[in-house]
Amino acid sequence: MTTKLKSADIVIVGLGWTGGILAKELADTNLSIVVLERGAPRDTNPDFMYPTVHDELRYAQRHELMQNVSRETLTFRNTASETALPMRQLGSFLPGEGVGGAGVHWNGATWRWLPWDHEPLKLTLARYGRAAIPPDMKLQDWGVSYDELEPYYDKFEFLCGISGKAGNLRGEKIAGGNVFEGSRQREYPNPPMIQTQAGALFEKAAKNLGYHPFPQPSANASQPYVNPDGVAYGACHYCGYCERFGCEVNAKASPHFTVIPLAAKKSNVEMRTNARVLKVNLDAAKNRAESVTYIDASGREFEQPGGLVILAAYALGNVHLMLWSGIGRPYDPVTGEGVVGRNYAYQIGSGATVFFDERTWMNPFMAAGALGIVIDDFNTGSFDHGKEGFIGGGGISTPSATGRPIGFRPVPPGTPAWGTEWKRAVVRHYNHTLAINNQGSVMAYRQNYLDLDPTYRDRYGRPLLRMTFDFHANEQKQANYIADICMKIGQAMGADRVVRRASPQRYSIVPYQSTHNTGGAVLGSDPRTSALNRFTQCWDVPNVFVTGACAFPQNAGKNPTGPVGALAYWTVDAIKRYLQSPGPLVPV
Amino acid sequence: MADNEGVRRRDVLKGIGLTGAAAGLATTNVAPVANEAQAQPATQSHAHAPAPARNDNTADAFRFFTTPEAAVVVALVDTLIPKDDVGPGGVEVGVPTFIDREMASAYGRGARMYLDGPFGEGTPQQGYQLPLPPAELYRVGIADLNAWCAKTRGGKTFDQLSAADRTAALKVVEAGQAEFTQVPARAFFNILLQNTMEGYFADPIHGGNRNKAVWKMIGFPGAIGMYADDIEKYRNKKYDVEPKSIQDLS
Repeated sequence: MTTKLKSADIVIVGLGWTGGILAKELADTNLSIVVLERGAPRDTNPDFMYPTVHDELRYAQRHELMQNVSRETLTFRNTASETALPMRQLGSFLPGEGVGGAGVHWNGATWRWLPWDHEPLKLTLARYGRAAIPPDMKLQDWGVSYDELEPYYDKFEFLCGISGKAGNLRGEKIAGGNVFEGSRQREYPNPPMIQTQAGALFEKAAKNLGYHPFPQPSANASQPYVNPDGVAYGACHYCGYCERFGCEVNAKASPHFTVIPLAAKKSNVEMRTNARVLKVNLDAAKNRAESVTYIDASGREFEQPGGLVILAAYALGNVHLMLWSGIGRPYDPVTGEGVVGRNYAYQIGSGATVFFDERTWMNPFMAAGALGIVIDDFNTGSFDHGKEGFIGGGGISTPSATGRPIGFRPVPPGTPAWGTEWKRAVVRHYNHTLAINNQGSVMAYRQNYLDLDPTYRDRYGRPLLRMTFDFHANEQKQANYIADICMKIGQAMGADRVVRRASPQRYSIVPYQSTHNTGGAVLGSDPRTSALNRFTQCWDVPNVFVTGACAFPQNAGKNPTGPVGALAYWTVDAIKRYLQSPGPLVPV
Repeated sequence: MADNEGVRRRDVLKGIGLTGAAAGLATTNVAPVANEAQAQPATQSHAHAPAPARNDNTADAFRFFTTPEAAVVVALVDTLIPKDDVGPGGVEVGVPTFIDREMASAYGRGARMYLDGPFGEGTPQQGYQLPLPPAELYRVGIADLNAWCAKTRGGKTFDQLSAADRTAALKVVEAGQAEFTQVPARAFFNILLQNTMEGYFADPIHGGNRNKAVWKMIGFPGAIGMYADDIEKYRNKKYDVEPKSIQDLS
């Protein structure tokens, strides 16, 4: 029943940021490229048009642009002693579906991860020694340093038109920017966004405490911008319908109006939507990918042969495809052997909520996804976390991302969830409250991993991905430590009341936290502890490259899209070298 | 039987002080007549008025809930978000209509849920594990709620209780201490509260938040798309504008 198609030189699975970047950049090789996207085609017009797109229920609550879990989902448990059960509806994280992937509905926070985040093992050993590392923590270096990635970070920032202020220009620290960032070759392409009252309050309080506040680097363009590819951006309207929505004025960087149409224009690139890849087919020795199997909108099955296969789905989707296809050895948490599924991580949240009097107006609806003020004084590489008894840290920020009232209705603890007193509290606090959030790093642990579920299947008959994950004491210590810092900042604002949000006890898949799932197919220098070499090439199947946050050996205190984009460009260069002489780019 | 239902419903509506519009909400089988009372607050006299009517465009007709179910939903929404000195009640802004439409939609039928078995209870961290999409959860949950009320509250269904008794009963349900026989009381309460809030605060295009009354109450300008010129001008100042809905801007 399977129709075998004509072979392509390169097959790309997934059409989000990384699939789009790779398709566009590799199109220059004139090789034949087929891109397969499981979801629907989408464009700004008509899919994200104003005012229809300003519908909180449809997009933020009903997840119109996100993965439909009736077809594909995963199972979850906190520990291996539990039975994993399906994620029956979206909650904790929101993978995208359709052209542009999660790059359509992200908020636009675009970071360079700190140099520490790329080499945490080396830097921890040098500063604290091995004894500082908890026994089950799998601290690993990327095998690629920040300095090596710098040109690729730069390229992604100019693609996206990031609005921000440099804090470390060629080694020179600049006040008002992030003085903790790694050295950058040039200033951001656009100036910082306009700050809100909440941002101004945070900035002042943080400064008074001796910290170093700076505007969050944002892919919501602060002014009209034309990127190096000639793609025009509109200026951000600060409409507050950003994260979970498409942008009607192309002010929020997204692959759907940048790299993807540029790639689609090339005659050697063919994009197929509603084409869901179910498996990568390997040769008998399991060290070469020969084709991928996908189904179209009608359920018809196709086999697409290819010389090179690039997995560019969401982080979890890539790991699922690798496990189901037999690419690389699955991780076994008992023996500690195997690599696919290893080092799955997430992030941990904590912070403070600050309730003001009724003369302080936040206007929380004047907002943009990545609008906010941040300090990195307590992020991973910025301070002596060893002295505090943990490894890692977090970015502390006051976001001005949304005032949409289904999701944003802050009330003090002790307020009933309904009734007249609840309503009174909502009215009283809606316009007079801000949040100080810790985006805390999470390291990898022996017990946290991804594998295939033994019981549950997706609509296509494949075993679901199984996630086993919980927070560890190291991260809880960090989150509580930073919650105290958030309290200090809140108390310096002169508010009525500051409420501490402590570290969570257990990880729960229910409330939204972040779409920052990392690991499971990590890069590195040792095939015993990484699925990919430092060029994101599979150790075991060298004609498969894997992009995305699944390649990160641990998570950081920053949003992942910046390094996802940088790593995609890094992969482009690696693949161009591979194409000249196919084979392992790093000898095993 | 139908007459008894109607009388009972009117008594309930009187008892909980609902608006004429709310009375219309709970009525699906009355001949359409123009009804000016729909926008008026309820008074005692409504209990003695002719059977309440609804819009002749059938906007308020229930598509999913049966008449007795609809009466319970109206009573639940009125208990969660009563009309008071703070602002509009959930019923007067159409939240029961919103919930009903949602249940009749792909969302209510679980179109984007994974509903394959086997089914286990799981831990709180594993989230919702019932085999029921939202619409079926309401159906079973309302039956459980009424049965529990009848057993513990003198044979009355939820909508037959006084306002004070409804509040007290719902607190027991919220705490997960009501003995439901088919589904956990807490699961029913969670989805009810979530959908009630969604209907109250969502764009009026979905049937609730009529006249943007809830947005006006909290000062949310709605679907307006441009603040780039206002964000500095109104920093730390009240932004006092008439909210705009999707329909206003279309």
